[in-house]
Amino acid sequence: MIGVLLVALGGAFGACARFWLSGVIARRMGETFPWGTLVVNVSGAAMIGLLAAGVLHVEGVAEGWRETWLLLVVGGLGSYTTVSSFSLQTLALWRAGDSARAAGNVLGSLGLCLAAALAGHRAGLLLFGA
Amino acid sequence: MAPGTRLYLAIALGGALGSVARYLCALAGIALLGPDFPFATLGVNVAGSFLIGLYAALTGPDGRLFATPAMRHGVMAGFCGGFTTFSVFSLESIRLLDAGEWALALGYVGLSAAIWLPAAWLGDRLGRRLNRPPGS
Repeated sequence: MIGVLLVALGGAFGACARFWLSGVIARRMGETFPWGTLVVNVSGAAMIGLLAAGVLHVEGVAEGWRETWLLLVVGGLGSYTTVSSFSLQTLALWRAGDSARAAGNVLGSLGLCLAAALAGHRAGLLLFGA
Repeated sequence: MAPGTRLYLAIALGGALGSVARYLCALAGIALLGPDFPFATLGVNVAGSFLIGLYAALTGPDGRLFATPAMRHGVMAGFCGGFTTFSVFSLESIRLLDAGEWALALGYVGLSAAIWLPAAWLGDRLGRRLNRPPGS
């Protein structure tokens, strides 16, 4: 039960942080390309890689870190990043006839998020000496 | 209550509910299908993409459902955003790679990208169809 509450708390903050940051970026960069969602997803992927290097082992979350993981990762980062807005925004670009930007968003999001998660993970291994 | 405060409260509530729903799906996925492949994350990302497409169409300018800005943001940025996750998807992909499971990693990334977008499209299509007056 405490696990569900931690995920809910992290999820509430993660969603608000995403809404705030993607809004700030959209207002700066304009709305022709979903930069806000891209930045949120890439930064979230880097952070999840970093945290996983510290506390996630092959057999699961390290002893004593389960609550922190549920709050920060399952709740916080899980909610901070989003696939639904990414899908809706890609669909909107495609419907508007901008298939180049739609394809760019798909390939850019996948490539950058996976690279960011890998880079965060490598950085975490160095940092935490795991 | 200021409109901004109401918006953030709706998003916080939606994000909390969406995240808990995703967590419960993950627990159920591991219990029913095992930990070898991230079926649960694939499922929630597909379902969340469908739902946001459907809800956006139903509450859009020609939509048949009325929603205040707070309701719309609470469901879309809050619930759908909290339910789906790009970060956990990325982590699961690189963990499959790290485990030497190249085919599974490639299959996971390819399958995800190939179903997310049609799911949003299908939700949007269904929403637009429901918006049409009956008999047209």
